[in-house]
Amino acid sequence: MTTQTDPQGTATLPNAGRAPSEAAAPPPLTIGGYTLQNRLIMGTGGATDLAALEDALVASRTTLTTVAVRRYSPEAKTSVFAMLERLGIDILPNTAGCYTARDAILTAHLAREALETNLVKVEVIADERTLLPDVVETLEVTERLAAEGFVPFVYTTDDPAVALRLEQAGAAAVMPMGSPIGTGLGILNPYNIELIASRASVPVVVDAGIGTASEAAQAMELGCDAVLVASAVTRAREPRAMGRAMSLAVESG
Amino acid sequence: MITVTINGDAVELPDDSTVVDAVAATLDRELDPDGRPSDGGRLGVAVSLDAAVVPRSAWASTTLAPDAEIELVTAVQGG
Repeated sequence: MTTQTDPQGTATLPNAGRAPSEAAAPPPLTIGGYTLQNRLIMGTGGATDLAALEDALVASRTTLTTVAVRRYSPEAKTSVFAMLERLGIDILPNTAGCYTARDAILTAHLAREALETNLVKVEVIADERTLLPDVVETLEVTERLAAEGFVPFVYTTDDPAVALRLEQAGAAAVMPMGSPIGTGLGILNPYNIELIASRASVPVVVDAGIGTASEAAQAMELGCDAVLVASAVTRAREPRAMGRAMSLAVESG
Repeated sequence: MITVTINGDAVELPDDSTVVDAVAATLDRELDPDGRPSDGGRLGVAVSLDAAVVPRSAWASTTLAPDAEIELVTAVQGG
């Protein structure tokens, strides 16, 4: 290890004077007034059962987890809502399954009522086959919900021009996809993700496509502020181990 | 009695039932007039009536018409 000598002649280590906390976990992130303690946001899709999901969430140390909003079913005896409350994990409702701005806005309103939060992950899908985001509808939803006091986390393509437009429309965080939902293809266009991260004045969260811990670390290295992971963990052979790996990867990246 | 539709199913409720009554009947849980569970905790449920959201604060004052279409939603895995 090299040392530096200051004018007074006392040798100091290069990082002397840094608070110990700086060397530990990255600081919390503020998204539209909400404080995100841990930079790994978890999804809940793909888990075979709630017990496995709970294991994965605990191992991931996530403090914010996204859920869909659907018809209440009496068969669902134990709810994901009750589980997240018990674990003390904040809830980020999403508009997954919506194909139009109208549906997404109604879903956001229902989510706010049901889950008593202004946070919302805006997700408007163009078609069922690719699950690619419909950016035209997404832009309209973002504008409306931001005007109504929501804190929109906006799922979008990796198009840097669109990311800026969403920010102007009121997105509290921009969430470009690394690659299409559920593919685990990682970050297909690192240049675009880096450009989005370097130009954005709101936090950037890579959402979708992250399949491995190294890809989660890569997202952070490209300058992103956080990562959202779902099926990479929930569909892993060992969700608990994968949750932990993702958590460490986001921290180290 | 009136027959309303809750999440696609026909349900019989007493005359002058409100949204609170419909939610309590569907969840099989006792609710206070403010729409919160009598045993404490949070419900995690929202209601739309004829495709419009009914805020929890209006549940008790919203009386159901005989052919009301009610949707109850909650958090599920996904997205």
